[in-house]
Amino acid sequence: MKEIILCKYGEIALKGLNKRTFEDVLVKNIKRRLNQLGKFHYTRSQSTIYIEPLDDNADVDKAIDKLKKVFGIAKISRSIECEKSLEGINNTAVPALEDTLLGARTFKVETKRADKTFYLKSPEISNEVGGMILDAYPHLEVDVHAPDVVVLVEIRENNAYVSAEKIDGAGGIPIGTSGRAMLLLSGGIDSPVAGYMIAKRGVVLDCIHFESPPYTSERAKLKVIKLAERMAEYTGRIKFHCVPFTKIQEEIKNNCPEELFTIIMRRLMMEIADKICERDRIQCLVTGESIGQVASQTMSAMVCTDVVANRPVFRPLIGMDKSEIIAVSRKIETFDISIEPYEDCCTVFTPKHPKTKPNIKDVEAGQAMFDFKPLVDDAVENTFCEFIEAKR
Amino acid sequence: MIYFDNAATTKPCDEAVKAVSDALKTNWSNPSSLHGLGLKAEQAVNSAREIIAKSLDTDSECIYFTSGATESNNLAIFSTAKTIGRHKKKIVTTAIEHPSVLQPIKYLEENGFEAVYVKPDKSGEINPADIVSAVDDNTCLVTCQLVNNETGYILPISKAYKAIKRLYPKVITHCDCVQGFMKLNVSANSLNSDLISLSGHKIYGPKGVGALYVKKGVRVLPVNFGGGQEKGVRSGTEAVPNIAGFGVAVEAFSKSIDKRYEKMCELSNYLFKQTETVEGVKVNKFSESSPYIASVTVDNIKSETLLHYLEQNGIYVSSGSACSKGKKSGVLKAFGYDDRAIDSTIRLSFSYENKMSEIDEFIKQVKNAQAELVKIGQKRN
Repeated sequence: MKEIILCKYGEIALKGLNKRTFEDVLVKNIKRRLNQLGKFHYTRSQSTIYIEPLDDNADVDKAIDKLKKVFGIAKISRSIECEKSLEGINNTAVPALEDTLLGARTFKVETKRADKTFYLKSPEISNEVGGMILDAYPHLEVDVHAPDVVVLVEIRENNAYVSAEKIDGAGGIPIGTSGRAMLLLSGGIDSPVAGYMIAKRGVVLDCIHFESPPYTSERAKLKVIKLAERMAEYTGRIKFHCVPFTKIQEEIKNNCPEELFTIIMRRLMMEIADKICERDRIQCLVTGESIGQVASQTMSAMVCTDVVANRPVFRPLIGMDKSEIIAVSRKIETFDISIEPYEDCCTVFTPKHPKTKPNIKDVEAGQAMFDFKPLVDDAVENTFCEFIEAKR
Repeated sequence: MIYFDNAATTKPCDEAVKAVSDALKTNWSNPSSLHGLGLKAEQAVNSAREIIAKSLDTDSECIYFTSGATESNNLAIFSTAKTIGRHKKKIVTTAIEHPSVLQPIKYLEENGFEAVYVKPDKSGEINPADIVSAVDDNTCLVTCQLVNNETGYILPISKAYKAIKRLYPKVITHCDCVQGFMKLNVSANSLNSDLISLSGHKIYGPKGVGALYVKKGVRVLPVNFGGGQEKGVRSGTEAVPNIAGFGVAVEAFSKSIDKRYEKMCELSNYLFKQTETVEGVKVNKFSESSPYIASVTVDNIKSETLLHYLEQNGIYVSSGSACSKGKKSGVLKAFGYDDRAIDSTIRLSFSYENKMSEIDEFIKQVKNAQAELVKIGQKRN
C-alpha cells in the first residue's frame, strides 16, 4: 500500500497571477521542514501539493506533525493511492482504512471528481464505495448527516486517492512572502503569540530581547531562547538579538520620575529596536500589546511609545482578551515556558503607581532629564545576535 | 566470573560511572538554586531528559525523573487512582506483573478498587483480546509490562492498548517497560501508552534513578509533596549524578539496540540448541520473547541449590526474580508451571558482554550439578 500526503492550500489558491510565487515559496518551506525525515517527491496540481515518500524509512507520521506547522497549508490528508477504478479502490483502499473504520459506528462517503472524464459521476462513486465499505465492515451504518468518519474519495488525473480523515493545517500564507518584522520578545505569554500571528501572514521574524543582568538572570534569557525555539517550529529560523539594557534601566531609575519609568523604558526599547531595524533593513516592529491590559498598554501609553519608531508598529493581539491569548499560546506550546517564574526586564523597576494616561509632553520632558543617546548607541552596538532553529 | 543476572541489575558502563563521578565532583549544586552553579546542574538534568526523550522518540517535557521504576510504577498507578479513579474504580492488569505494580494495586483493592488480573491462556501466553475484553466503561487504568522479568515473554500490549484506546479513549494505559527499554525497539507511540516506566540500572546506568514518561495532555498528580521539582509531579532535589549517569548510559546504548538484539538472539538460540541434548534441562520458550532473558528448568534440582552450586563455580544466575528473594514465584505459577517446575527453574539474563563460551561453561556446570546434586533433590521430594 502506498501512502501519500496531500496538502491543500488555503487562500493561495485564490491568488491571481502571483499564485506561482506563493506556491514556490510554500514548496521550498515544506522541503526545508521535511528534509531530515527521509526522501520525498513533491508534485503539485489543482491547488494541492502531493508529497510522496520515496523510501520506506520516510516517517509519514512525523512528516504530518511537521506539516501541521507550515503556514500556507489549509488541510492535510493522509491518503491511500490506488488505481483509478472501483476495483482499485476496493482492493487497496477499503482494507487500508481498517484502523479508522473499526473504531467508528457510522460513516459516509464523499467524492470529488476532479477528473471529469471518469465514467461515473461523484454521487455514483460515493454509492459504490459506500457499498464496498458496508460489505467489508458489516458493523458500520451509513449516516450522511453526522457520521463518525467521512471517507473522502478523490478522482484525480492519474490516480484515485482515498482518505478517512482531514487534518487542519496551520492556515495563513507561506513564510517569506510578506517581508520581515522585528518582534519585541519579553518572555511573557503574549509576545510569542504575537510573533506566531504575524508569521502566519507570511512574515519572516527577527526577535529582540532586552536583558538586564544582574537584575535578570541567565535563566530568564534561556527561557526566551526556548520560546524562540518553539516559535521557530512555525516560523523557521529566527534571528535573535539580545540587547544589554542594565545601564539604561539604572539611569531611568536614577533620573526620571517614578510614575513614568515603564513608559520611558518602553520608548527606549522601541528606539533601540527601531535602530536595529534600520541597520538590518527590517520593515516593521511587532509587539504583544493588547489595549488596556496593563498600565503601559493603554491607548495613551501606546501613542507615547509609537512616536519614537520610524516604522509601523504592529500589534496582532490588540483586540484580544488574555484568555484568548492563552488559548493560542497553549496551542503553540509556549504557555508552559512563558509561565516559568523568572524576573524579566519589564518587571525589574516597576513603579508603584504607573501613569495610565501619560501625556506626550510630560513623557518627553521626563525622558529629557538624562541624555540617553550615548547609552542607546552603545546598546545597539553591543547587541548580541544568534540564529535560533526549531529543536524538534 | 560469568554474570547471567542482568535482569536483576547490570554493571554500569564506563561512561555512566564517569558521568556520575564527574557530577559528584564538579556539578554537585542544587538544580533549583538560582545562581549559575544551579543552572549548570539544571542543564545536566535537562540534557539527560532530552536524551531519554529522544530514545523514546518523544519530547523532553514528557519525561519525569524518579528514584527508579518502582517509584515510577507507584506514581503511575496512584496518580491515575487519584484522577480518573475517583469515578471509575476498575483496574486491569496481568497476573505476571512485577511486585511494584501488583502491590500498589493490592493496596487499592483494599481501598475500594476492583482489579482484574488477566492470566496467560493454556498455551502459556496472554491473548490481547483477553486484556481488551477485561476493560469496560468503569475502568480507569490498564497496566501491563512489556517484557516479563522472569521469563522474557513479550506481552502483546501494543496491539491490546491500541484497541483499548479506540474503544475507551479515556482509559489510561501504563506500560512497565523496564525489561524492554534499550533492549527492544520501542517508542512512546508504538507502545500506545499514556504512561511508561523506565529504570536506569537495568540498562548499564546507576541505581536510584528511573523515569516516567507522561503523554502530553495526561494529568499526573504527585504522590509525595514538597518543593515542586519535576513540575510538581515528583518533589525532592533531583539526583543529578544518577540522572546524568542514566542519560549518558542511554546515549551510549541507544544506537546499538539492533546490534545487541541480534547478538542476544545468537546467545539465546545457542543456549536453546545446546540444552536440547541434555536430559532433564529445558529452556522455556514463547512465541514472542526477549532474547535477553531465558527461563531454564533443571529437573529435580532445587533452583536455589543450583544457584549456589553455580555460584561456587563463578556463574551468577537467579532463581525467579531477584526481587522475590527466594519466595515461590507467583508469576511462574500464573504461566502454568507446576510446583515442581517452579521449584527448579532458574533465570539467565544476558548483557552485551556475555559470550558463547560462557554458555558452554554454564552447561558444563549444570551437567556436573546433575551428577552431584540430583540425589539431594530427590530426597527432598
